[in-house]
Amino acid sequence: MLKAVILIGGPQKGTRFRPLSFEVPKPLFPVAGVPMLQHHIEACAKVPNMKEILLIGFYQPNEELSRFLLNAQQEFKISIRYLQEYAALGTGGGIYHFRDQIVSGSPEAFFVLNADVCSAFPLAEMLSFQKEHGEPNSFVILGTTSNRKQSMNYGCIVENEETNEVLHYVEKPSTFVSDIINCGIYLFNPDIFQHIGTVFQKNQQDIEEPTNGWHRAEAIRLEQDIFTALAGQGKLYVYKTLSFWSQIKSAGSAIYASRLYLNQYHTTHPERLASNKEGGPRISGKVYLFPLSIQLGPNVSIGTGVTIGAGVRVRESIILHGATLQDHCCVLNSIVGWDSTIGKWARVEGTPSDPNPNDPYAKIDSETLFRDGKLTPSITILGCNVTIPSEVIILNSIVLPHKDLNRGFKNQIIL
Amino acid sequence: ISMKALILVGGYGTRLRPLTLSVPKPLVDFCNKPILLHQVEALVKAGVDHVVLAVSYMSELLEREMRIQEQRLGIHISLSHEKEPLGTAGPLALARELLNVDNEPFFVLNSDVICDFPFKDLLQFHRNHGKEGTIVVTRVEEPSKYGVVVFETDSGRIHRFVEKPQVFVSNKINAGIYIFNPSMLSRIQLRPTSIEKEIFPVMAEEGQLYAMELQGFWMDIGQPKDFLTGMCMYLQSVRQHAPERLRTGPGFLGNVVVDPTAQIGENCTIGPNVTIGAGVVVEDGVRIKRCTVMKGARVRSHSWLESCIVGWSSSVGQWVRMENVTVLGEDVIVNDELYLNGANVLPHKSINESVPEPRIIM
Repeated sequence: MLKAVILIGGPQKGTRFRPLSFEVPKPLFPVAGVPMLQHHIEACAKVPNMKEILLIGFYQPNEELSRFLLNAQQEFKISIRYLQEYAALGTGGGIYHFRDQIVSGSPEAFFVLNADVCSAFPLAEMLSFQKEHGEPNSFVILGTTSNRKQSMNYGCIVENEETNEVLHYVEKPSTFVSDIINCGIYLFNPDIFQHIGTVFQKNQQDIEEPTNGWHRAEAIRLEQDIFTALAGQGKLYVYKTLSFWSQIKSAGSAIYASRLYLNQYHTTHPERLASNKEGGPRISGKVYLFPLSIQLGPNVSIGTGVTIGAGVRVRESIILHGATLQDHCCVLNSIVGWDSTIGKWARVEGTPSDPNPNDPYAKIDSETLFRDGKLTPSITILGCNVTIPSEVIILNSIVLPHKDLNRGFKNQIIL
Repeated sequence: ISMKALILVGGYGTRLRPLTLSVPKPLVDFCNKPILLHQVEALVKAGVDHVVLAVSYMSELLEREMRIQEQRLGIHISLSHEKEPLGTAGPLALARELLNVDNEPFFVLNSDVICDFPFKDLLQFHRNHGKEGTIVVTRVEEPSKYGVVVFETDSGRIHRFVEKPQVFVSNKINAGIYIFNPSMLSRIQLRPTSIEKEIFPVMAEEGQLYAMELQGFWMDIGQPKDFLTGMCMYLQSVRQHAPERLRTGPGFLGNVVVDPTAQIGENCTIGPNVTIGAGVVVEDGVRIKRCTVMKGARVRSHSWLESCIVGWSSSVGQWVRMENVTVLGEDVIVNDELYLNGANVLPHKSINESVPEPRIIM
């Protein structure tokens, strides 16, 4: 039997997802209309013999997470449990700490997935690949091709092209190593814990390390601590995929990830897509007031209980639950937070940081918030319960929750 | 009586580009009527039957339009063409023969000036004091940006002029409207001459120059920002003198003038301070404030415009936002969903990218 572990992080992680992560844990943020994690869970639940999904993170128990787990269990009819770390233990430390839970029931193998990726999740293919490559208990990293320049932002994998063995692994090198990058999705078996255990013991002995968050002995990073050591030992292999993949680090990348999933919905979930019928578009999640003058899309996700007035234009944006878009407003490249209101004729606009469409291997940039002392033009984000007055423009700005604006803003963070 | 007037039209009207790339400045529509016509019609009402246009650049368009207006108004319009620059006084000397006909005083005005033209009052005032010249002055809030006129409040006799005073001297400036006796023409030679610097100070010294205060609004509409401000003032004046010309009703706020041949869609909110020209189409759900929309233009649905000039036959797409003195020249196309902030767009241009900060689009 098989299991899956999803690493969901905690509030101190994913700060680039603020202000949206103030309201909802990042793994639950809706991407293409459903919580980010749901895409992972759906993919895992589809794999034959998947018996249990474990979520590991250090969020305190909260209502949204509990409710999500309950609903997911009912929908996918599979055991889903949340294991809370007592501290941030790193991508390796968490699974090591809960290894007993993971190996209970004697699974032959288990997947480990990072929550903040958007992917086609070729899990069945990874299983077949594992059986055909290397020794019976080899481990597999899902990899994809990046372009040379961007590869250095990720974990880089040098492979033996005939055997697909990982010969060398470097996390975020400062010089070019390889254009094959780590997708943050792995296939392990219980043997992995021996290797993590070795590193764990070694760390216990190095007590001269200063004690801050990352240098606790129990904190272990799969990438830097485990993969680099396993490379070239005949135990680690890379399965390269051509299917879509993206990180979801910033709020802006959520829009890009939405588009990637929405593009698949034609085949995977046609019922989630709006269709142009007489009377106007229909979108899952109740939306009110749909005169024909409204134009939505491409790449738009609308939450439940959203009210849209006449003559509204929305493009490349995510409108979260309960928001109100009044007559004639225009929303482009933005995320409109829960229960926010956009006044008549207002214009809410951001700047996309999409990868170069002409480069098939380009990935979305993880731009820093500021460049040369100025705010980098990016997706406009309205936190929850933000009110934008009529007729103003909000351009390339981030508005924190519960803010009532009385004028327009450009290129600013509004506290 | 039959009187004469000289209008200093000047040259290419570069400050009012891109509009003046398509038509000569006197023919640019101001509140649905060519600037020049506002002035000429007011002159005709005051008894002028011969208008001389002092131009430094000959335009066929202008000549043709003047023939039409001659017929229509039953007056004579001449063009006095300076082949080399003559300054602000030289053109008077050039047109000497036309102005110095029957010893009647003649009006002179800058072609950029808009106000409630007080030509009758000016003639009266001028005759009363009996001296050689009268300048119309207007009150401004920031006089140190201009040349101010210092004059006796009771008689109007001008003492002196002060250019851009550092301390407060007076808040009255030269409004660019004058009346002179033909004898004054002998003061001007046919060479580049500044009327403010060379002629007026001498006349004032001799006690021959008087000032009449303008009542009501005044604006130099020679550049887009001031063009729009002048439009607001003019519309307010329309409200006071001829309110039936304004469009009112649901969807119209404040002072709005709409040509009868224009079409306005549903759920629009137009005004305050909007002028819509002949044959303009405004589609549904449009909001326009403080703008001039020239003949034949189209504003497509759900767009939002504030403080803009939309040039003749231009087309503004759907869900466009234009603000901050964006000026579209003739026949400009703005694609859907764009944002134009202070864009100055030359004629026949197609815009398919937003202009988030003010600049010129060639």
